[in-house]
Amino acid sequence: MDLLNALVALTNFVIVPATAYGAQLALGALGVTLTVAVLRFTNVAHGDTMAFGTMVTILATWGLQSLGISAGPLPTALIALPVGIAVTAWLLLATDRMVYRFYRRNRASSAILLIVSIGVMFVMNGIVRLVIGVDEQRFDDGARFLVSARDFKEMTGLDEGLAIRSSQAITLVTALTVMVALFWFLNRTRSGKSMRAFADNRDLALLSGIDPDRVVRITWVLVAALATIAGTLYGLDKSFKPFTYFQLLLPIFAAAIVGGLGSPVGAIVGGFIIAFSEVGLTYAWKKVLGYTLPAGLAPDGLVQLLGTEYKNAVSFLILVLVLLIKPTGLFRGTST
Amino acid sequence: MSGPFLEATGLRGGYGAADILHGCNLSVEKGRIAVIVGPNGAGKSTAMKAVFGMLPLREGRVMLGGRDITGLTPQARVAAGMGFVPQVRNIFPTMTVEENLEMGGFLRRDDIRPTIEQVYDLFPILGDKRHQAAGELSGGQRQQVAVGRALMTRPQLLMLDEPTAGVSPIVMDELFDRIIEVARTGISILMVEQNARQALEIADTGYVLVQGANRFTDTGAALLADPHVRASFLGG
Amino acid sequence: MTARTIAMFLLVLLLILLTGFLQSWNTALYILNMGLVSAIMALGLNAQWGFAGLFNVGVMGFVALGGLAAVLVSEPPVPEAWAAGGPRLLLALGTGLATIALVVAVHKRIGKRWLRIATTVILACLGFALYRMLFDPARDAIEAVDPATTGFLGGLGLPVLIAWPVGGLFAAGAAWIIGKTALGLRSDYLAIATLGISEIIISILRNEDWLARGVKNVVGIPRPVPYEIDLQQDPGFAGTAAGLGLDPVTASTLYVKLLYAGLFAIVLVALVVLSQLALNAPWGRMMRAIRDNETAAAAMGKDVTRRHLQVFILGSAVCGLAGAMMTTLDGQLTPGTYQPLRFTFLVWVMVIVGGSGNTLGGVLGGFLVFFLWVQVEPLGQALMQVLTLPLPDGALKGHLLESAAQMRLLTMGVVMLLVLRFAPRGLLPER
Repeated sequence: MDLLNALVALTNFVIVPATAYGAQLALGALGVTLTVAVLRFTNVAHGDTMAFGTMVTILATWGLQSLGISAGPLPTALIALPVGIAVTAWLLLATDRMVYRFYRRNRASSAILLIVSIGVMFVMNGIVRLVIGVDEQRFDDGARFLVSARDFKEMTGLDEGLAIRSSQAITLVTALTVMVALFWFLNRTRSGKSMRAFADNRDLALLSGIDPDRVVRITWVLVAALATIAGTLYGLDKSFKPFTYFQLLLPIFAAAIVGGLGSPVGAIVGGFIIAFSEVGLTYAWKKVLGYTLPAGLAPDGLVQLLGTEYKNAVSFLILVLVLLIKPTGLFRGTST
Repeated sequence: MSGPFLEATGLRGGYGAADILHGCNLSVEKGRIAVIVGPNGAGKSTAMKAVFGMLPLREGRVMLGGRDITGLTPQARVAAGMGFVPQVRNIFPTMTVEENLEMGGFLRRDDIRPTIEQVYDLFPILGDKRHQAAGELSGGQRQQVAVGRALMTRPQLLMLDEPTAGVSPIVMDELFDRIIEVARTGISILMVEQNARQALEIADTGYVLVQGANRFTDTGAALLADPHVRASFLGG
Repeated sequence: MTARTIAMFLLVLLLILLTGFLQSWNTALYILNMGLVSAIMALGLNAQWGFAGLFNVGVMGFVALGGLAAVLVSEPPVPEAWAAGGPRLLLALGTGLATIALVVAVHKRIGKRWLRIATTVILACLGFALYRMLFDPARDAIEAVDPATTGFLGGLGLPVLIAWPVGGLFAAGAAWIIGKTALGLRSDYLAIATLGISEIIISILRNEDWLARGVKNVVGIPRPVPYEIDLQQDPGFAGTAAGLGLDPVTASTLYVKLLYAGLFAIVLVALVVLSQLALNAPWGRMMRAIRDNETAAAAMGKDVTRRHLQVFILGSAVCGLAGAMMTTLDGQLTPGTYQPLRFTFLVWVMVIVGGSGNTLGGVLGGFLVFFLWVQVEPLGQALMQVLTLPLPDGALKGHLLESAAQMRLLTMGVVMLLVLRFAPRGLLPER
């Protein structure tokens, strides 16, 4: 019984939140890794792209709500998501046309592109602040819980409750769908394969008649979709605040690097590694240990290895460990 | 149609101010193998790039099957019936063998399955490893992938830039055997080679290039027999 | 010194003077002082990016470490807090460091892979547990000492000017750790590593109240210059001020700001001279050779990673120095105000706009971009006033007017992108 309680507590406080967070990070890291693989640069503006996409989704959600449209038990934001993706894709394509394309044609180094993306980050950040401000926004509606702690306790008779918020369930289902769709696209379609070919060997791709501009456009649209979905899911699960999205840059990059920059599978694995370490190290283990250890050994303190305010330090530590032990990441990515 | 299938005449040009090619002539008959040999820095690869349109020409003309293609881009030349296998970075390493072939046939709108099967017939090892990442194959197998990729557009002229660079002698012999088989299917071959002696053995025509111009031109066998060529370019 | 350089710096002078005449001399001197500090930060980053091609996206962290140095050096110690838990806390920190040293030593010594991993993990866990057992009660005891005014250990009570080089040392230490890890790998890894360390440094400053009071801020850091109130009460000063036609209050604030400007200018000039000397010495030529062709330099037997580490540490130390100076100028350490866009990426804009690889270019960028940073806000406000004039009063107009304050970031981005596109080598290109 105690063991079951421990397991439920562990699931409730660690496994469920970390899985949802991991899925969000994985989607973010996929966007970063696609940019690295195909466009050959580290996009510092990715966090702000996520913020922009989420902002548009929020505005569209408000619009739908004012029209009285809702998705029943699901958050309205899910219906608004295509609008967010479309507008973000338009913004990224426009940015590419006005900014990045010039450097790509001049075959600028990835270092220059990284610096250019700093400028883009300022602009995007400015736009988000201008439009929606810097304050926190909550935009989740629909049913709050898939399984509430009280129902669970009544159902099972256990002392510990297991709550699964709808946002967590939606995150998982959406993320899984998106990942399957992305891998299907990359591995099964002509466009997806041409994208991988372009990432693998740009000159040979040109020689084979692959249109580079088309590959770049597809990539930006995918990045926009991934960033908007990741940002919206994160916002539904927690809340939307532009600065938080900037700070997501660190765990997202850590995930992409841990997995191996340029490797989509690596990005997903990396996202979950970072999320589980972050939640696991900042969780107070007192409850779980109290159930599992014999009475005399139960800890007095919280058994929290790190305060939650240091959760970004976890991403950093894992990043450093990987850089020291296996700098190419767990899965081989592109070598640029 | 009379005359050779590929005929490049009076090629002059280079990357910067100074020319690398000084009036170089190359031609290949239909279904025959032509090999370019010569000392380092003679402009062998440059001559091939000029034929493929990767080098700005100041003078000269390239005819393919009686059609003047001098003004075409490399991509357009692929469409016109040329296949090119670069010396390095000539495969998509993280993609499977089969995907490499599919990318080779990217521009084709018709069914490419039969061509893929033809490549597998020609290079049986590729058929066995069709679902493996090309980057994980051995050096010789990678070269087969590269040649197979170039064959996917069903070219009438296949150009190979040092296909045997860095592979063992046994693999080299095997590759040359395959190239002869390719030629038997009616495809003309233009090839740059460091391993001059072995390459000339399979060549219908051999070109010895020195400083961007033809020094000797003859059949492969005749060049191998020529004491001047042997002394200067084949190490005695 | 070309004519262009002189013209550009005269432009900066003109802008500051215009601010003085049109707005207020207080603002003008604020821009001058922060311009000097910004110029020093830009100098540090320029050494890393412009001279060596290293990505430091963690300027904020080094600046904040400098600020921490200002507190730790100049604040008077808090004896009650020391009595409550000082020695225990030091013991805990010592244990933590000893654990790390032990783990590293053991890791190097043991050959067998699984044994090495197992012992390292066990030792690290034991050490961490011991550290937390010692640390937690000590921290709680210290933070309980009069939390409204102190609740921290205080500093050494030394003159604040000593904090400036100490700030540089702090930053150099942090830079050494990151450099050892991330240099020699892909260049963008350093960017992510510095981004991470700067976020962590800010987290520490915000949350470790025993160190520098966290978000409760440390205010009233001792000054290297006289206080306005003392000056106003000094009859000699008041007399001089009256002679210049100024009231004593204005005169005293201006005088204090000018003193700061003098101190900062001395540091800036010294750094510029030193970096010019270094750049023209064989060391500087080698740095540039490495930047322009790393492979060739490595082939010539240069230890590229080692040189990179040197310049990375030096540049970060300069940022730390600037951070200590800034905290001295502010007279307070407010960890809540450290934002990466302001303290990391704005410095990047300075370097790019000024001219990466050119010492004076970075300095110029520091002044110009900071001027813009300050002035965009009132300009944006005015612009928005005009633009929204035809709109009826209401939510939209209110929102637009309110958000005009956010024009800053947008402007900085646009300026940076324009410079990168049309003058990629900056206003003062490297020779």
